[in-house]
Amino acid sequence: MLTPSQVVETYFLESRHQLLEIAAYLDRYDAAVARAGDRNGQAATDEKRLAVIRRALEIVAEQKPSQERTVALLELFATV
Amino acid sequence: MQIIQPHYHAIARTAQDYERMAMSGVVAVAEPAFWAGFDRKYPETFIDYFRQISEFEPTRAAQYGIRHFSWVAVNPKEAENPVLTREVLKHFPEFFAKPTVLGVGETGLHKSTRNECESLEAHVEIAMRHGQLVLIHTPHLADKAHGTKRVLEVLAGMNVDRERIWIDHVEEQTIRPCLDAGYWVGFTLYPITKCSPKRAVDMLEKYGTERILVNSSADWGPSDPFTLQECILEFRRRGHSLQEAIEVFHNNPCRFLGQNPKFDIQPIRIEPATGAAVSA
Repeated sequence: MLTPSQVVETYFLESRHQLLEIAAYLDRYDAAVARAGDRNGQAATDEKRLAVIRRALEIVAEQKPSQERTVALLELFATV
Repeated sequence: MQIIQPHYHAIARTAQDYERMAMSGVVAVAEPAFWAGFDRKYPETFIDYFRQISEFEPTRAAQYGIRHFSWVAVNPKEAENPVLTREVLKHFPEFFAKPTVLGVGETGLHKSTRNECESLEAHVEIAMRHGQLVLIHTPHLADKAHGTKRVLEVLAGMNVDRERIWIDHVEEQTIRPCLDAGYWVGFTLYPITKCSPKRAVDMLEKYGTERILVNSSADWGPSDPFTLQECILEFRRRGHSLQEAIEVFHNNPCRFLGQNPKFDIQPIRIEPATGAAVSA
């Protein structure tokens, strides 16, 4: 099995890529809201899924989670 | 839809890639000189490599109906050998005379050292003196912002035609200063380490489509020539019209590369036989 350093090194770029995609997703949403505002529109009528994504990011960032982050996220995503 | 792949390292790819690209609508590729994975020692190694991409590779692409163009350069990673760089640069004019060589590239920066900056300047200078186009590589990952800033500083100190220079591998943190300075920019779509198809479309929506080229690069590392088609699909999926897609993925390469008359593929406009505009 991998050492802690090997885990960091092996999956760093892949994790960087995945986080950038999530950041772009949220930026894309903000840009869409701004465009809708220009046309007197509104934000998405149901932001529950977006709220779940934001909560998921908080769970991912926890230094010492009470359970595995993956389990917590799967349970969270099961609510939407 | 007809597609042009403006940055493609064909010698690292298979014939099957050519075949699949042709089936997906790719009509032309342009191959910059790049790093071989190790630092080359001899000028002759570069000369043979330039012969490969300017003489042999067009014949391989032609078997699939794809036009092949190329560029010549000493890679930034090899600029720490100034003697070698100077010797290779002496041979550039003989390649500028080849029927499919479009200019100098990919030059640029890797770690932004003094030798790299001097090599970049020498590459741009010879390109401008011979009326050639320039393709500039910007560094990967952590060095991206600093390296792009240094590229702009080096160019700012030179007498260059900015519309003939393409700064490649820009991302969200580097696109604006390059566009504001009047250069063309390129998005390079990699599976992991550069821009992604979705992020590229985000930038097209934010900055518009003028002076922007999209490419897959696709070399011997983890890369995929079909990230370009993924980007087209994403662009169309968001509701942009077929003509808008053609403007980005076919006509913009025509506009930039066509500044060299050897690149004679013309921009196209889709119209129904009646002459009315196409709505989708």
